[in-house]
Amino acid sequence: MIDVVLWISFVIMCIALIVTFIRLVLGPTLPDRVVMLELMALLSVAFIGLYSIKSGHSAFLDVALVLALTAFLAAVGFARYLEKGGLHDDD
Amino acid sequence: MTTDYVTFGLELATAFFMLVGALFMLLAGLGALRMPDLLMRMHATTKAGALGSGVIMVAVALHFGEAGVTTRAVAITLFVMLTSPVAAHVIARAGYFTGTPMWSRIVRDELKGKYDRDNHTLDSPPRYKPKATAETSEAPAANTDTDKKEP
Repeated sequence: MIDVVLWISFVIMCIALIVTFIRLVLGPTLPDRVVMLELMALLSVAFIGLYSIKSGHSAFLDVALVLALTAFLAAVGFARYLEKGGLHDDD
Repeated sequence: MTTDYVTFGLELATAFFMLVGALFMLLAGLGALRMPDLLMRMHATTKAGALGSGVIMVAVALHFGEAGVTTRAVAITLFVMLTSPVAAHVIARAGYFTGTPMWSRIVRDELKGKYDRDNHTLDSPPRYKPKATAETSEAPAANTDTDKKEP
């Protein structure tokens, strides 16, 4: 039973990743793309969780933790770059 | 016999939480695709995404059932729940101040014209003004009405 549900969950997560990627390509402004990159990082964390269930190795969870940390730092760095540097729309 | 029931229940709970987490992540993705505005997209992605990954970590903790794995799953959930609002706030702030266009049918923007972009301070709202000036500026209409009625 758990294998079937695992595959269904993987398919749903793949659809979510594709949909997020479509918005990442379409996204009209840079902050939209930053938000979508952060959502893709969250999706990767959830993917790693599912994959650790599938493979039976719990060591993958460390990768998920580090990925969440890196995504947070990247989001904050992007936001700081957006606000403090670069061209503004209202300049 | 009882252990069979326990393992079956744990498996059922794991499957349920996996499915619910994946559906929440799909909800976040669909909200990101369908919402018309940066702030509305963030409203969909940050909350549903954090909840979805947290629920999947609950499934991981239930599946392994070891103390170390549970600790790591709780750490991931706590970390996501701590950092996701901070990152959303920072990005929304940057998006607002760099002039990201809002939805065309938005009703009102309360912050518009009330924020000094150079020294990053708000104009003080009316309740922080001294009491005397607030009364004189707000109540002249009422005062004149009562003055006219009293004599």
